[in-house]
Amino acid sequence: MSGYRLKTGGSLIDRDAPVSFTFDGKPVSGLQGDTVASALLASGHRTLARSFKYHRRRGIVSCGTEESNALITIGEGGRAEPNARATTAELYTGLVATSQNRWPSLNFDVMSVNGLLSPFFGAGFYYKTFMGPTRGAWHFYEHFIRRAAGMGAASKQADPDRYEKTTLFCDVLIVGAGAAGLSAALAAARSGARVILADENAAPGGWLQAETRKIDDMPASDWAKSSAATLDASENVRVLPRTTVYGYYDQNQLGAIERVTDHLLVKPGHLPRHRHLTIRATSVVLATGAFEQPLLHDGNDRPGGMLAGAVLRYALSYGVAAGGRVAFSGTHDGIWETALACAEAGIGVAAVADTRRDPPADLVAACEKFGIKARARAAIVRADGPGHVHAVEIAEVSRDGRVMNGIEKVNADICATSSGWMPAVHLHSQAGSRPGYDEERGIFLPGTPREDWIAAGSCNGTFGLSAAIAEGATAGREAVKAAGFRRPRAALPVVEADREASEPMHLRIVESPRGTKAKIFVDQQHDVTASDVKLAHREGFRSVEHLKRYTTLGMATDQGKTSNVAGLSLMAKLRDQNIADVGTTTFRAPYAPVALGALGGREPGAHIRPLRKTPMHDWHAENGAEMMPAGAWMRPRAYFKAGETLEQAYVREARMVRQSVGIVDVSTLGKIDVQGPDAATFLNRVYSNPFAKVPVGKARYGLMLRDDGLLFDDGTSWRLAEDRFLMTTTTANAGPVMQFLEFLLATAWPDLKVHLTSVTDAWAGIAVAGPNSRDVIARITDIDMSNEAFPFMGVREGTVCGNPGMIARLSFSGELAYEVYVPARFGLAAWEGLLAAGRDRDIIPYGMEALGTLRIEKGHVAGAELDGRTTAEDLGLSGMVSKKKDFIGKAMLNRPGLVEDKRLKLVGLKSEDSASIRIGSQLVQTEEAGKPGKSHGHVTSNCYSPALEAYIALALLEDGPERHGETLWAADPVRGGHVKVSVRDPHFFDPDGSRMHV
Amino acid sequence: MRITCPICGERSVAEFTYGGDATVERPALDASVEDWSAAVYDRENPRGAHVEYWQHGMGCRAWLKVERDTVTHKIGAVTLVGRHANEEAS
Repeated sequence: MSGYRLKTGGSLIDRDAPVSFTFDGKPVSGLQGDTVASALLASGHRTLARSFKYHRRRGIVSCGTEESNALITIGEGGRAEPNARATTAELYTGLVATSQNRWPSLNFDVMSVNGLLSPFFGAGFYYKTFMGPTRGAWHFYEHFIRRAAGMGAASKQADPDRYEKTTLFCDVLIVGAGAAGLSAALAAARSGARVILADENAAPGGWLQAETRKIDDMPASDWAKSSAATLDASENVRVLPRTTVYGYYDQNQLGAIERVTDHLLVKPGHLPRHRHLTIRATSVVLATGAFEQPLLHDGNDRPGGMLAGAVLRYALSYGVAAGGRVAFSGTHDGIWETALACAEAGIGVAAVADTRRDPPADLVAACEKFGIKARARAAIVRADGPGHVHAVEIAEVSRDGRVMNGIEKVNADICATSSGWMPAVHLHSQAGSRPGYDEERGIFLPGTPREDWIAAGSCNGTFGLSAAIAEGATAGREAVKAAGFRRPRAALPVVEADREASEPMHLRIVESPRGTKAKIFVDQQHDVTASDVKLAHREGFRSVEHLKRYTTLGMATDQGKTSNVAGLSLMAKLRDQNIADVGTTTFRAPYAPVALGALGGREPGAHIRPLRKTPMHDWHAENGAEMMPAGAWMRPRAYFKAGETLEQAYVREARMVRQSVGIVDVSTLGKIDVQGPDAATFLNRVYSNPFAKVPVGKARYGLMLRDDGLLFDDGTSWRLAEDRFLMTTTTANAGPVMQFLEFLLATAWPDLKVHLTSVTDAWAGIAVAGPNSRDVIARITDIDMSNEAFPFMGVREGTVCGNPGMIARLSFSGELAYEVYVPARFGLAAWEGLLAAGRDRDIIPYGMEALGTLRIEKGHVAGAELDGRTTAEDLGLSGMVSKKKDFIGKAMLNRPGLVEDKRLKLVGLKSEDSASIRIGSQLVQTEEAGKPGKSHGHVTSNCYSPALEAYIALALLEDGPERHGETLWAADPVRGGHVKVSVRDPHFFDPDGSRMHV
Repeated sequence: MRITCPICGERSVAEFTYGGDATVERPALDASVEDWSAAVYDRENPRGAHVEYWQHGMGCRAWLKVERDTVTHKIGAVTLVGRHANEEAS
């Protein structure tokens, strides 16, 4: 028999509201309020998934977030969410659920043959098989192995849903709306403090949903509902259902995910799917509850193997009988109480086995009254198949779980176990010391808080219902006091006939009558068996950290919520030590899986960072430019004419600049306004070359080093007045240079009277280059452009196209050239004005590729050469390093490593093969392509040079300047390429600079 | 984490940029290579109380000295550096 819907019961479902959905394409019906798991259970489904490694049948184990087995894919296409827990997924009409890791179908899975091979697939199989001489085989088998092992597949489509991020502030955050959390919230709310109550479930109450005792004369689930409603109605309280607090960070900052529309049939367009909440709380009450732990036995992974509490919770919350005949096996009073409650709910209970010698007589008698077979000092030692559970074997077991005798076979389709409850100390551990193991009670308890939190209820080891409520109220009162409010009075609700929770016997695993043939699964999601743990112990992987990594125990998506403890206790037993001495691994965020989309919020794709556009951006895009990213900026790569390749386009542009005139958008250069009486002194310390005596109206090229003597940045600084410079930086380093200069003024030289303002966005910049540049600019400005009045490196202020502007006579291209700066709002006018003024000179706009080509032909360095490893001398710029003054980086400049022979130094390369010299190619001495040998350097920048009519490149080469004339090969073995090059001076074109001085 | 900027008030750490160990004394430009090497490379990496430079880059851009516990990440005193170091923020 399989599961079915009971005639009565179900605090969460609406029996009048049927809901239809599909599982593996077949229609299934459930009820409003069901989870996918409860609906599948009610409709008789037993196998929901195939296991990770052995493809064994797996069913539903739990009733909540700790689920290890019932992982499914929910949704289709871009919305498909793999590895969703069926036990937490709320049902809605039209939901599409699909099983995972099976082919061709769930009931007939070809890969289940892996189960037969399981003796070979034990812990460390892959390490042992594919290391050493057989390592190469991994590359062949990897594809097949990865296909065979696994979970759900992520969708390859973009996620169509929207996510949001927000920050909440409160005085008291309460995590968990179970008995303790609700009680804490009720107490805290009375103080007037801002309270947030967050719970991962749709309905409040936690395990009150599976509680048979009344609170304040109400069914426990009704008390939870009415308490939450009271809280929600209070102005100072915010109740957040479906909100998982997944991480506890510094200074009482917590991360949470609110699932806003996952449960809705129609997802309103204005709502995000998930909302990521950053919660800043003055104090926190952690009432996170506890996870029931299984009592492991042979065949415990068969569908039908469940946690005892889950069987009851399905009955009371969803009116679902998990099966027709349930056999219980446990180590404490709770197993009897759960069995009785199940029987009272109308579920057939076959047997109860308790490992203790003397379970309470009243519970045993009550069970026997129901006709339930009751056995003390016994446990289920094996669940029999085929496939799912058909029968269980109950036997007498010793205190340490050995099978003694008296094996008895009992027909049952559900095998429900419990070895006690383990406090959910995840958040406590993230914001405190490691949890401590209480050897006497056999549980982990929260460590010492590092942040301002108070634990209450079962997460604090307080398992009794009235005790948890009382502790919750106290925690709520203390939390508001810690947040600076008066402690309010609290009236505690009355709990009916509360029985004190019993301490379980310490036993997590019982052995099998089958001995070593037994299949006892410790971590079901990762298919880690008790034999794997034993194997790890035999092979020396005995520390908790080694055990975890060797067997992957506890490393699945459930993070071992129901398996770590059993694994630890088994290792402790093998090592003949206490669990406290074996230790526990650290609990890290997230407590439960978090959708990446929620962390991304509203900034996916193009919104991942701000996109910066120059004032002329739209013009470039409308006039054939292909735009390319340069840091956060978009810059034109080249302006294409019909049918042109990239190379044809940039070569045409570069040629036109050398022949006549071209303009390029340089608005992206970093610009810093340096003002103050000490501005010149400041720049003189910052640049490695002299700046103290730059006259007003002149610009100077400057080189900036880091403290360690390596090159940092370069650019020109223009002296606009005695006390004012406009400094330009490279596009990429605009931010870092500004930050470093501010740091120096704040920390090193507070006496200097200098103020810095970033004006990068304030100015539009246009470089005008080519022999006709002077004539063209003269037509749009009132500045005297003659060579005498406006010499090389001069800076002049005047009008540009009728607007105010500045012009500096600078050349990056080696041609007669100027940089025209106007306020950003006049950028487009100046750009179009220049193009109009130069029409009869065939003026063209040029892009980054042509700009690069022109500077490579001149041997000018740029970002590719200023790579953070080069010195001024490496790049042939030692003339820029002053011997007379002190400057940043000087002290460390001449360290042995920076001046030794064999350093990579700048050279030019000319292709001797009529082939492009790719960036990143290694320079080698071997002609044979397949065997490049030792690298002597590498290529940093390349282009086709129209001036030389050849492919050229800049490169960093060992002892480069001494090797001009040598022949080398630019080897690019990864992408394929082996180009013969000749080494030469990097100043390919017009080496004496005559063209820019005309 | 939250840092209380003396000028702007309590703000998220996302507005600040870490700027290095503030216990390191920056040598003069003409100091020896040994002094500079020590300042650039040698770090105590203390466990517990520490003083660091942080810049409020997305706020007032002030450089700050921030006391931070490297174990608990608790932020202690935050002060301006440089010529405003001894001024009261208004």
